[in-house]
Amino acid sequence: MPDQRLRLGCVTTLDDARSSLPDITSSEASLRRFLHGLPGVDQAGAEARAAGLATRSIKTTAKQYAIDLAISMIDLTTLEGQDTPGKVRALCAKALRPDPSDRAVPQVAAVCVYPDLVATAVEALGGAHRSVKVASVATGFPSGRTSLAVKEADTRDAVAAGADEVDMVIDRGAFLAGRYGAVFDEIVAVKNAAGDAHLKVILETGELATYDNVRRASWLAMLAGGDFIKTSTGKVAPAATLPVTLVMLEAVRDFREATGRQVGVKPAGGIRTSKDAIRYLVLVNETAGDDWLDPDWFRLGASSLLNDLLMQRQKIATGRYAGPDYFTLD
Amino acid sequence: MTKFEYAPAPESRAIVDIKSSYGLFVNGEFVDPVDGSMFKSVNPATEEVLAEISSAGADDVDKAVQAARRAYERTWSKLSGRDRGKYLFRIARIIQERARELAVLESIDNGKPIRESRDVDIPLVAAHFFYYAGWADKLAWAGAGPDPRPHGVAAQVIPWNFPLLMLSWKIAPALAAGNTVVLKPAETTPLTALLFAEICQQADLPPGVVNIVTGAGDTGRALVEHPGVDKVAFTGSTEVGKQIARSVAGTAKKATLELGGKAANIVFDDAPIDQAVEGVVNGIFFNQGHVCCAGSRLLVQESVYDDVLARLKRRLGTLRVGDPLDKNTDIGAINSAEQLTRIRELSEVGEAEGAERWSPECELPERGFWFPPTVFTGVSQAHRIAREEIFGPVLSVLTFRTPAEAVEKANNTPFGLSAGVWTDKGSRILWMAQQLRAGVVWANTFNRFDPTSPFGGYKESGYGREGGRHGLLAYLKSEG
Amino acid sequence: MAERLAVKKTYKLYVGGRFPRSESGRSYEVTDAKGRFLANAARASRKDARDAVVAARKAVPGWSGATAYNRGQVLYRVAEVMEGRHSQFADEVAAGEGLSRSKATAIVDEAIDRWVWYAGWADKIAQVVGSSNPVAGPYFDFSVPEPTGVVAVLAPQQSSLLGLVSVLAPVVVGGNVAVVLASAERPLPAITLSEVLATSDVPGGVVNILTGRLADTAPTLAAHMDVNAIDLAGAAGDAEHARELELAAADNLKRVVRAPVAEPDWTAEPGLDRIAAYLETKTVWHPVGI
Repeated sequence: MPDQRLRLGCVTTLDDARSSLPDITSSEASLRRFLHGLPGVDQAGAEARAAGLATRSIKTTAKQYAIDLAISMIDLTTLEGQDTPGKVRALCAKALRPDPSDRAVPQVAAVCVYPDLVATAVEALGGAHRSVKVASVATGFPSGRTSLAVKEADTRDAVAAGADEVDMVIDRGAFLAGRYGAVFDEIVAVKNAAGDAHLKVILETGELATYDNVRRASWLAMLAGGDFIKTSTGKVAPAATLPVTLVMLEAVRDFREATGRQVGVKPAGGIRTSKDAIRYLVLVNETAGDDWLDPDWFRLGASSLLNDLLMQRQKIATGRYAGPDYFTLD
Repeated sequence: MTKFEYAPAPESRAIVDIKSSYGLFVNGEFVDPVDGSMFKSVNPATEEVLAEISSAGADDVDKAVQAARRAYERTWSKLSGRDRGKYLFRIARIIQERARELAVLESIDNGKPIRESRDVDIPLVAAHFFYYAGWADKLAWAGAGPDPRPHGVAAQVIPWNFPLLMLSWKIAPALAAGNTVVLKPAETTPLTALLFAEICQQADLPPGVVNIVTGAGDTGRALVEHPGVDKVAFTGSTEVGKQIARSVAGTAKKATLELGGKAANIVFDDAPIDQAVEGVVNGIFFNQGHVCCAGSRLLVQESVYDDVLARLKRRLGTLRVGDPLDKNTDIGAINSAEQLTRIRELSEVGEAEGAERWSPECELPERGFWFPPTVFTGVSQAHRIAREEIFGPVLSVLTFRTPAEAVEKANNTPFGLSAGVWTDKGSRILWMAQQLRAGVVWANTFNRFDPTSPFGGYKESGYGREGGRHGLLAYLKSEG
Repeated sequence: MAERLAVKKTYKLYVGGRFPRSESGRSYEVTDAKGRFLANAARASRKDARDAVVAARKAVPGWSGATAYNRGQVLYRVAEVMEGRHSQFADEVAAGEGLSRSKATAIVDEAIDRWVWYAGWADKIAQVVGSSNPVAGPYFDFSVPEPTGVVAVLAPQQSSLLGLVSVLAPVVVGGNVAVVLASAERPLPAITLSEVLATSDVPGGVVNILTGRLADTAPTLAAHMDVNAIDLAGAAGDAEHARELELAAADNLKRVVRAPVAEPDWTAEPGLDRIAAYLETKTVWHPVGI
């Protein structure tokens, strides 16, 4: 695709270089030039913008819409050393029918588990599998400190067991050391190993430290073929934040503008309340726009969030506040 | 129709209690004007009449100045700095306690979005009173000598764009320094100043220390020209500022003038682009562009022109114009029919002179005074919309190639209030800041205000500074 | 009807926003100016002093990173909350310092106003002691004050409230945190102040107040390598002890505010010396060019 130049002015360096996608990724040097040519992110400005959007007041019908949308975007997650088949089965039941007392509540987008529990999840979802997807973390989650061969095998295992989506972690060490080619190649390899499964690339933004790095890592993951870019493993603080997600939403928006390919975004970790979730949806709405307001393009990696959304949903329906005792655990 | 439509989220009006009519606040009491003449204050978003406001004539102004003089001589100048400070601290606290009421009232009277009155105007008002409260007993450190003295009675005339905030910029330093004041709010936005008068009563401020006289230009002129006034502080148009400069000529009156602007917001090709676009939007559409320091001229480096324009237009498509009391409104109502006419006229001139006009699709309410966010491209330095202050949500876009050209264009105006610079290169920021003939230079941000930070203009944007230690000096003299 | 039996208060230390007893398990008798028993106060040990330094160090990033405006508001709030305890302070000052009720009341007034005075400095001190420096070259050069860190404060022995506030407020207003050793014989106003601080907006750990004997903890604080500055006001009049403490403080070059020969008149308006004593000056150079 030699004419498919990135015409994004933000990528002025690119424009000048008359580059194209294959040129950018052809060498470590060109990749580096490209990533460092991306416009900077001013921390104060980005944080002020995110904070400004967080003051949006979402009420009544808009809130109803947002709560159901948020439920349908959840990757209902359990990623603990103490996970068991029983825990995963319970999670799947919750995913299929979040509120047993109300059939109108939408299903969540996916359940997200460790690779060894994928088969259990597929089985538990039964006929409903695919309407609720099974996502598996892989590639030596959460640190990613294994060999590429192990990462590939981890990925293949998960897909073979029935995972529809693979959430991989990037090599943050390589990224921070400036070895962008290594990070790129690894994502490409995992994408290949994942086959038809959708690949979500976890940037672990809490370890990348700067918004400039978040923007670069986002572009790197997209250039390497990621279907989604995801903020965090949930094992590192800070996990998802509004400004980080803002920067990632700007990146997917700009990437589509430049290449025509749409990439999804998944903030994960630390999103616990309906208020949080709605703030993320406002961010999507006003940054990337309508096209991303869909479970195919935006996900919320969360666990306890679901019950809070259900509680808010019931409050809107009945006018009174419920308590945690009225919603199923799991 | 977008997927995620925000439902109306109106802030309740119940918290404000607008009286049907208001007197003048003289010597600690509300009094009727001598000749009984009144005018109406209107909600610009609905054209509904809010209240009847007293129009102060020359006699009323005289009474107010006399009250201020008495208060100055008998009480305020005899109080310790510590006690003056304590009154100001009290006022600051009451403003914080009544913040929501003040914000709602400001939005109703002015037309600005509640999001701004709530999150910007009123918190800054309280902060200004806190800041200057702390100065009242520290004047020896202000830089005006070991024993600085106040001027006496200050005549203060403020505009309608930030009614209560401009009041705080005027009254807080004046009182901290030991002056007493007679303040005239703008005729279209008197209500928060009148509520402030009640706050002075609630704080037990001695009568006559603060006097509020309402009225139009004639009232302001009578106040400024009153022989019993020692200090004049004015914020408003350059035209009126010049009249004031003439009126104080040959007198002993000190003056500070904070006047118009035509700020350049300069975007270099290495700018943090999304934040720059955000800053450009904030720079001109904040407060409907009713901002003297608004970044009304966007100067974009030619190499990023297309990209910046595309991003800017996309972003403008998400601005929400409408009911000022809706918590999600980004752009409220134009303050008055008169101002709307001026914005329309200048915009038509822009088109007639050949600039290309663009606005995002947006539905404007039927009643009230509204103008959509508007961008003019293809503007040159010769266009009137690049030279005259529009004081509305209208951005003129120009281009440049080199830093020197950017400076030349930015400075090519009789104004010199503010400027913006967007680049990731620190040394260039400082070089630009050195070259720009403007009283405030914002780098990678815009429209930031803080009580500690001096604000004011070069050239025909006025003289004197408000805010910070410098703002205090405007109300002090070093000799006894 | 029998007279109501009063509930007696336990006086504790104030460390990291909490009220622990001394780990030593020891207390000492506090008497009024005439020698009548008032209370048992906790007798802080060297370990308590070290704990307090740890708690203080933890509070440094939050407090020094707060905006000056916020610090000013917090200090002003201290004055507001003190006002509500005015008569309790007056009682304690009157008893401990042997003053008439009206004199004690005036002292409390002054102590509250002193917080207000210092609160006002929070966002002004940089404007008075900072500078923009016109260096000869294409550089923008400016100097700003920054807090030095953890400050040990030996509070005055005589003036148990006004003296205490006069040495504590200038430490915290600039963004430093404090470990205070209260007046040994007259610790009650300091304990009440700690209750005020705990219920105002001062974050835990920003001010830590120990009661006990100077000799138990002052040497530990003076020698502590994680303490950045020390005010020796509490050693006023004991030149030899003060010199020993200053010698210990030299090991890590603590900024030292020396003990006066005799306790000063704390009612006089303070200058900037005490605030400045705990501020470092940082100068920044940046090139100017296109």
